[in-house]
Amino acid sequence: MEWDWTFVRDIMPLLLDGLRLTLVATVLGAALAAVVGLVFAVLRRSPIKAVSLSTAAVVEFIRGTPLLVQLYFIFFVLPDVGISLPAMTCGVIGLGLHYGTYAAEVYRGGIDNVAKGQWEAAKAVNLTKRQTWVHVILPQAIPPMIPALANYLVAMFKETPLLSAITVLELMNQAKSIANSNYRYIEPMTLVGVFFLIMSLISVAFLRVLENRFKERT
Amino acid sequence: MWSGYLWQIFEGAVVTAQLTLLGSALALAVAFAAGLARLSRFSALRALSIIYVEFFRGTSIFVQLFWVYFVLPFAGISLEPLQAGVLALGLNVGAYGAEVVRGGIQAVPREQYEACTALNLGRFQKMRHVILPQALPLMLPTFGNNAIELLKGTAVVSLISLNDMTFQAQIVRSQTGSTLIPFGTILILYFAMALVISRGVRLIERRVTRGLDGTRS
Repeated sequence: MEWDWTFVRDIMPLLLDGLRLTLVATVLGAALAAVVGLVFAVLRRSPIKAVSLSTAAVVEFIRGTPLLVQLYFIFFVLPDVGISLPAMTCGVIGLGLHYGTYAAEVYRGGIDNVAKGQWEAAKAVNLTKRQTWVHVILPQAIPPMIPALANYLVAMFKETPLLSAITVLELMNQAKSIANSNYRYIEPMTLVGVFFLIMSLISVAFLRVLENRFKERT
Repeated sequence: MWSGYLWQIFEGAVVTAQLTLLGSALALAVAFAAGLARLSRFSALRALSIIYVEFFRGTSIFVQLFWVYFVLPFAGISLEPLQAGVLALGLNVGAYGAEVVRGGIQAVPREQYEACTALNLGRFQKMRHVILPQALPLMLPTFGNNAIELLKGTAVVSLISLNDMTFQAQIVRSQTGSTLIPFGTILILYFAMALVISRGVRLIERRVTRGLDGTRS
């Protein structure tokens, strides 16, 4: 079978529509992951042993199991207990939870990396807990985290095709349905690969810029 | 009645374990080949390695798997689902591993290289007896994480109808209508496998660092 440019032109609008959903899922998933990660990181630092240990166990469990199976779990099991969510919502929750555990590790590392003397100094000048976090710890902890977080954002973007398995009509699913109804796999599948490759290469270049920017400050 | 269904899932677990082992073996071989090529004297080899790594890290395992399985046949290469799975998983994780190999080798201090030159060791001797034994312990923890990523990646092969654990769970779901039991079971099994990998890597780590005490500060 030969590569057919007219076919490419015909399917392009559908694929771009899929790409739009892919991006929406990535943005929403990333926002959820940022919040979920923060919750996990805070719970993990809890002085109550039961809370910190069970959080660590949950994080380990989510990190040790495949995203695809977690998506199936959310998509198929939740309706059985009376929670019916649209496929896209399930997908965003799955992405957010999964990558939230990765974000939690980044937050934890970033906070642990702030020198101990900073905490002591904050105490010495009688800052409240809130002031310590807002004015001393976070401004020093966040910049080094940014490249690592951006890295996971790119990783999550690449994983969005998994949402096609729970019927979200993102890029991969559009390509699959085009391929199945036209019996032509070369163009749609290759184009999906090319789309992802281009976006990833752009974001990798962007990552390098971020890394250099935040390295200078330390 | 459930024992039959659990047996089906167990059969899938065997396929998943198989895929993980074969995929890891391929990934390890590819990682060393590409990682060493990246540090080669020949610019052509370096360029090839960079293209390979960027290409496979730029797209996800899912897209690569579908490409291998659906597009390669048109180029005359038809693969069984298991072969396509091992190939895609191995090449994908191998690309991440190549960067680990490169980082590990580059982390060996310069004096070690200079000492090799001073002792007049050949290039192969230098790698085999001086650099790699010190670089390997640095690479292992990340290799362990990569192996777990590969294990998680195997779930995707269920989408090209290879009967791994996830595929079998879907079958059990469609046969019984129960969702919690099949998916809960495989989540636990995946996690157990991930634990086995991380424990195993820690054992190997202890082994390869033996005799290296004091050489690294």
